[in-house]
Amino acid sequence: MNDVHYSPLFLSLKVAAISTSVVFIAGVLFAHLLVRRNFFGKSFLESFFLLPLVLPPTVVGFGLLVLFGKNGWVGSWLLTWFDIQVVFSWIGAVIASIVVSFPLMYQSAVASFESLDPRLENAARTMGASEWRVFWTISFPLAWPGLLAGLVLSFARGLGEFGATLMLAGYIPGKTDTIPMAIYFAVQSGHMETATFWVTIIVALGFSTIMWLNWWTKRNVRRFAKDHT
Amino acid sequence: MLKVQIRKKLSHFTLDVSWEMDNEILVLFGPSGSGKTTILNSMAGLTHPDSGFITLNGRAFFHTQHKPLSPQKRNIGYLFQDYALFPHMTVEKNIHYGVKKKAANHSSFRIEQLLSVLGIGHLLKKYPHQISGGEKQRVALARALATEPSFLLLDEPLSALDQETRIECQNELLRLHQIWRIPFIIVTHDMNEAEKLGDTILFLEKGKIIQTVNHPPKKWPADH
Repeated sequence: MNDVHYSPLFLSLKVAAISTSVVFIAGVLFAHLLVRRNFFGKSFLESFFLLPLVLPPTVVGFGLLVLFGKNGWVGSWLLTWFDIQVVFSWIGAVIASIVVSFPLMYQSAVASFESLDPRLENAARTMGASEWRVFWTISFPLAWPGLLAGLVLSFARGLGEFGATLMLAGYIPGKTDTIPMAIYFAVQSGHMETATFWVTIIVALGFSTIMWLNWWTKRNVRRFAKDHT
Repeated sequence: MLKVQIRKKLSHFTLDVSWEMDNEILVLFGPSGSGKTTILNSMAGLTHPDSGFITLNGRAFFHTQHKPLSPQKRNIGYLFQDYALFPHMTVEKNIHYGVKKKAANHSSFRIEQLLSVLGIGHLLKKYPHQISGGEKQRVALARALATEPSFLLLDEPLSALDQETRIECQNELLRLHQIWRIPFIIVTHDMNEAEKLGDTILFLEKGKIIQTVNHPPKKWPADH
């Protein structure tokens, strides 16, 4: 166990943190834009957003490989203009994480915004508040419990992402070896102790995340549901 | 002078109403689904009629040929059914929400006056879930009037209250109208309430005004 390198822990945290930030902003933005609008093609767009939830991760990874590979539409553009190579790099792991965790954030955000009483936002508008102010002072704080749940789930999903990451980022020790990857290849090469160590770490992380979320939600619900005093 | 002429196709009928009013209390009376709330929402700019106009002292809020004025620019007060108080803000923050920072000094006197007339000064630090139905109604009224609106829309403002509080709040509405002297448009199901509050009552059915009743100027609450 002395030769365990801790890079998988830091890499996993880095990948999950960056992907969660991107997913949170994009999920909240799209959910808020789409939730009270109806237009042609909306259900197609929403199905597209949620597709990674039902597809095998390898299929998502394959799609990303086609798109971000050296000869892919996006991959060749990124390489030519910005000298960024996505395949076999930690950026690939971030992109895979973003794609698989986005549906969780999007769904949570849609549910949170849908459950808001539209009269609260309308009341703010009639009092002269701009759409920006309505969002930051009414919609966002009232939707926050649901948004936080989405954020935590996305982080956990990003932390545990394996299939699509393997397809896009591969397994390069010290470069793309996230915890799930380290577990898989430790088992493959017969290093059961190392695998057990990483399994313990990821179970502890997942468990404490859910414990904290449950605690926070209960505390929050109690605060809003207090009896008249 | 507030002039309204609205035509809007709804799912079961076409809303088609028109009236003119001064700084009086106008009651929209009719069964559920007769288009009352759509009228209020059209006046507030939360929905738009298919055609017609809404003008206040010559200023067009809506006109078929022009882009409608956004709700933010109409300067109206809207008391929603069940009040729509912001649950995550204290009573004080709710009341100050629409007050512009530039006008804060000028408004503070008006808000003090509102708090005193409505007797809600002691509730400022409380949250909406910590106060009673009657208190919520008063807070919502204070919030709607704090922005110094040019007219006030009230969607069944007293329907959630018990009989005693209801009568108390009816008197308060009349008193506030005497002080503020702006057009009040009130939606109600209750005939007694309509007769007590309204200078004019419009009876609505399936989007049409079927009868208009004008009352003589009246009706100072009995206790004043």
